[in-house]
Amino acid sequence: MILKELSEAFGVSGHEEAVRQIIFDAVRDDVDEYEVDSIGNLITLKRGTGESSLKVMVAAHTDEIGLMVTHIEDNGRLRFAKVGGIDDRILLAKAVCVGDKKVPGVIGVKPIHLQEKKERDQVIKCDKLTIDIGATSKAEAEKLVKIGDYVAFATSFADLGPTVKGKAFDDRAGCAVLVEIIKGGPYPFDLYGVFTVQEEVGLRGAQVAAYAIEPDVAFVLEGTICDDMPKKKDVSPTTELGKGPAITVMDRSFVADRRLVQLLVDTAEELGISYQFKQPLMGGTDAGAIHKTRTGVPSAVVSVPARYIHSPVCVLSKSDFENTVRLMQETLRRLTPAILGAL
Amino acid sequence: MDIISLLKTLSETSGVSGYEDRVREAVIEVFGRYADEVRTDALGNVIALKRGTNEMNEMKPRRSIMLAGHTDEIGLMITQIEKGFLHFTEVGGFDPRVLLGQEVVVHGKRDLPGIIGSRPPHVLPPEEREKTIPMDKLFIDVGLPPDEVTALVRVGDLVTVRRELTPLQGDFVAGKAFDDRTAVVAIAACLEQLAGMRHAWDVYAVGTSQEEVGLRGAITSAYGLAPDVGIAIDVTFGDQPGIPAADTVEMNKGPALVYGPNIHPVLYEALVETAKSLELPYQVEPAPGRTGTDAWAIQVTRSGIPTALIGIPLRNMHTSVETVSVKDVERTGRLLAAFIARLDAEFMHRLAWRPAEAPEEK
Repeated sequence: MILKELSEAFGVSGHEEAVRQIIFDAVRDDVDEYEVDSIGNLITLKRGTGESSLKVMVAAHTDEIGLMVTHIEDNGRLRFAKVGGIDDRILLAKAVCVGDKKVPGVIGVKPIHLQEKKERDQVIKCDKLTIDIGATSKAEAEKLVKIGDYVAFATSFADLGPTVKGKAFDDRAGCAVLVEIIKGGPYPFDLYGVFTVQEEVGLRGAQVAAYAIEPDVAFVLEGTICDDMPKKKDVSPTTELGKGPAITVMDRSFVADRRLVQLLVDTAEELGISYQFKQPLMGGTDAGAIHKTRTGVPSAVVSVPARYIHSPVCVLSKSDFENTVRLMQETLRRLTPAILGAL
Repeated sequence: MDIISLLKTLSETSGVSGYEDRVREAVIEVFGRYADEVRTDALGNVIALKRGTNEMNEMKPRRSIMLAGHTDEIGLMITQIEKGFLHFTEVGGFDPRVLLGQEVVVHGKRDLPGIIGSRPPHVLPPEEREKTIPMDKLFIDVGLPPDEVTALVRVGDLVTVRRELTPLQGDFVAGKAFDDRTAVVAIAACLEQLAGMRHAWDVYAVGTSQEEVGLRGAITSAYGLAPDVGIAIDVTFGDQPGIPAADTVEMNKGPALVYGPNIHPVLYEALVETAKSLELPYQVEPAPGRTGTDAWAIQVTRSGIPTALIGIPLRNMHTSVETVSVKDVERTGRLLAAFIARLDAEFMHRLAWRPAEAPEEK
């Protein structure tokens, strides 16, 4: 399963080379053209059968949230900043890998025995934490680590039965779905499979890729929020694990094109693929940049629900993943210029 | 002895206080390599005996020393199953803040990998992120549908934190349950060294159970063995940010010899002498009262046992990233072996309290 390899690769926003290489190796024989643009997007082209003149972009982002070394203390400890949205509370007592050498480190915490009762009720902010790589001086640390090094969580992938666990399913799940879509072609139109960079820091890669490709239609594939754990209050789970691909109607970054949403729903209904709507207004994706490109691009987002995204370890359902692949492949086969004319 | 690989094995073996079967088996195997006999007692202590060297002995019966390192680790226990998610409480002392986003193993009908889930930041109002989450609001997800979960897990099942030993730079390693598996490793290293040395006293190497919930294994094993001298080996607070230096010892500067009411002063002096004679680095850790270790129980067993306490410096105690210097573990084993080899028939006289005699009048 390529998701394992993708999940275990390090690719914090701005440093996605390792992830890009895995994807490139997986799809190079299945695409007609490819290039890596100036910001680092991997843009692939799989030519269509010629039935349709549409130019369709399907995007997934290769980057993940992580940390960056900002300062090396005299005692050899590393101070860090967050790259992308991370809840400070999940950082305590975690193992990480620092820089290209993947130097192992841990984020330590004061032992409970030495805390005052009131300390335990306080959130420890990221700027109060340090990474311990075992170096005892700045000079020793500097032999292995430098300011600006990226830091990723050290998490292994594992099969839990109906589900899998690993890090960075946002958005390696989307990347893995896109690899399967490319391998499932050709489609009636030219398919631009785009593996974008820097989504987590502001949809940077998608913006320039969409400009360059100038697609007629775009789909964005995500590993999205799944907040279906028990809660006292009756609040939305955003999406639920095992209920199928999540179709976005609207999020913070865009309003989905209703014709594309309808095509997704019709395809799912026709084939009996379970699906769900993601709770509106939660999160944002590359579609936020793509739909506003040039004179505008009709766009939709389909996601694999993933619990605990933006933490060191996520969980997704294998059936949700497979159904997302199938729904997308079948939807693309049914996508015609006429559907876009029907507004 | 490859200290890191033994520590990896023991650290990654589960054994929550009172449910120590697996780690007990591992400790029996390790102590069994060097001891003359190994047994267990009613509370699950592992008791290994390495007899004193015969030709050196005129003592009848032979004196004995007990080395205690606890085998149990802190863990969690399932309290409720809700829609396939597991609520839990703690066995031993956890800071709930370190549990968020941790991987665990749920010891149900089979071992199930699990995750202590965190809600994604996207759905949390900013004020929520300023609040800590109490343990009763955390839960474990094993990634299975609710009916499978209820078939495999029941209330009362134990949970251990999952963390593979991670080697850091220098000779530091990080992992779980180093409190107190590092001491078990140090005791094994001591036994290995003694195999090549002559020693008059019998040595009881004890892997004590249930330390984290009240020193219980030490209470019964010390009573059962009634040793002449007891030494507990436990971890102690290593230097780390946010803690005054006065409350910690330094990492990789040798074992901490604890001094205070829990410690027989002559035993302390004898350990210092031994360290000096080996040119082995050591540190002094003052403990003005309760040490919270097996030494606290051993000292008041039966009619009282002269007791010492050695601390292995450790960072991030009671988290999944407990960090030690491997050299400190090795040094602790070496110090213990040399100390034991020096014990002779006369040593008990040194430990006896004698009122100072008035100077003879001329």
